[in-house]
Amino acid sequence: MKASTSRSTIKLEVTRYRPSVDSEPHDQSYEIPCTDDMVVLDALNYIKDRVDGTLSFRWSCHMGVCGSCGVMVNGQPKLSCAIFLRDYKREPIHIEPLTNFPIIRDLVTDITDFMTKLKAVKPWIIRKKEKPLSEGEYRQSAEELERYHQFSGCINCMLCYSACPVYGLHPGFLGPAAAALAYRYNLDSRDQGNDERQPAIASQEGIWECTFVGECTVVCPKDVDPAAALQRSKVATAQSLLGSFILPRASGKSATEGSS
Amino acid sequence: MRATWWLRNPRYFLFMVREFSSVFVAAFLVLFLLQIRGLRAGAEVYQEYLERLHEPGWIAFHAVAFLFAMYHSLTWFDLTSKIQVVRLGRTVVNRRIVAGLNILAWLVVSGGIFLYWTRG
Ligand code: SF4
Ligand code: FES
Repeated sequence: MKASTSRSTIKLEVTRYRPSVDSEPHDQSYEIPCTDDMVVLDALNYIKDRVDGTLSFRWSCHMGVCGSCGVMVNGQPKLSCAIFLRDYKREPIHIEPLTNFPIIRDLVTDITDFMTKLKAVKPWIIRKKEKPLSEGEYRQSAEELERYHQFSGCINCMLCYSACPVYGLHPGFLGPAAAALAYRYNLDSRDQGNDERQPAIASQEGIWECTFVGECTVVCPKDVDPAAALQRSKVATAQSLLGSFILPRASGKSATEGSS
Repeated sequence: MRATWWLRNPRYFLFMVREFSSVFVAAFLVLFLLQIRGLRAGAEVYQEYLERLHEPGWIAFHAVAFLFAMYHSLTWFDLTSKIQVVRLGRTVVNRRIVAGLNILAWLVVSGGIFLYWTRG
């Protein structure tokens, strides 16, 4: 447990960028009252409500669920609703928009690229043919659920994209969360969409771009471990490619866990 | 993104060290191939090559290459354990144990090769 601070005010340096006024982003300093139970999002809301109503940032749930409040705090991608001010001993605390995404205004970034990539991997259950309702639900055992469960916790917060230098250097890269979600559905025993996802996953800018820096997993607030999902996807794709050479007509569920 | 991105965070830096370590592994292998070629060129050339290896510069190179090769191998086994899921019945074996067993197997095989080589 972190020690509490007894400071009554805190200094923040927040990136400001209003395209109609500013030619480029710049920092603005604020000093606001602070208590031990305040998270970074509370500080931003305090500024917006009491100091400067023009400050823009995204948030919704204030409980680490919606994934919309990601910002850089002292250079690290964080959910602003899940990080306490008291954990930062040095002032000012720097708050910037998520790196690797274009800035729209202040702390709000353009997430179109991520949304396009997410859609490309079809993160939903695909059936070749739905069975009639009268045959009941698609049942799944506890073991089958356990295989993909960790990778299903993604809240699309994009912290992993901000942490990924490969995405920063090659914006075409599919990226950690989209790859992890593709892998999650490929592992699902109810899903039959492996082949439909393959073009996005196995393309030049898909999983093979990843060099396993591993920072996506470090910053993920939901312990999704996208780095592991990406590497296991590589193993599964290589295995299915090899399988298609040996048994060209074999089909079926080809995603494996990389298990031995 | 700035060219110095890998200096921003210690984990990025260690990643770059891991990537860079392969340069030394490759350089060592090239030297090893030259050594084999030297064997074919005759005893004299080979002897010259062996003598050169005793020079301080070459000893320093091999020491550095060895350290980088160790770093590369150990981090490789560590990363492999993140990919390899080992199950015992319903439980997934802790990845530290998987990495440890892989490293142990690597040491045993390397030791075996070393003994065979030095005794034979
Ligand atoms: S994988 Fe983790 S860091 Fe990436 S978007 Fe999902 S929850 Fe966020
Ligand atoms: S506000 Fe929803 S995750 Fe932070």
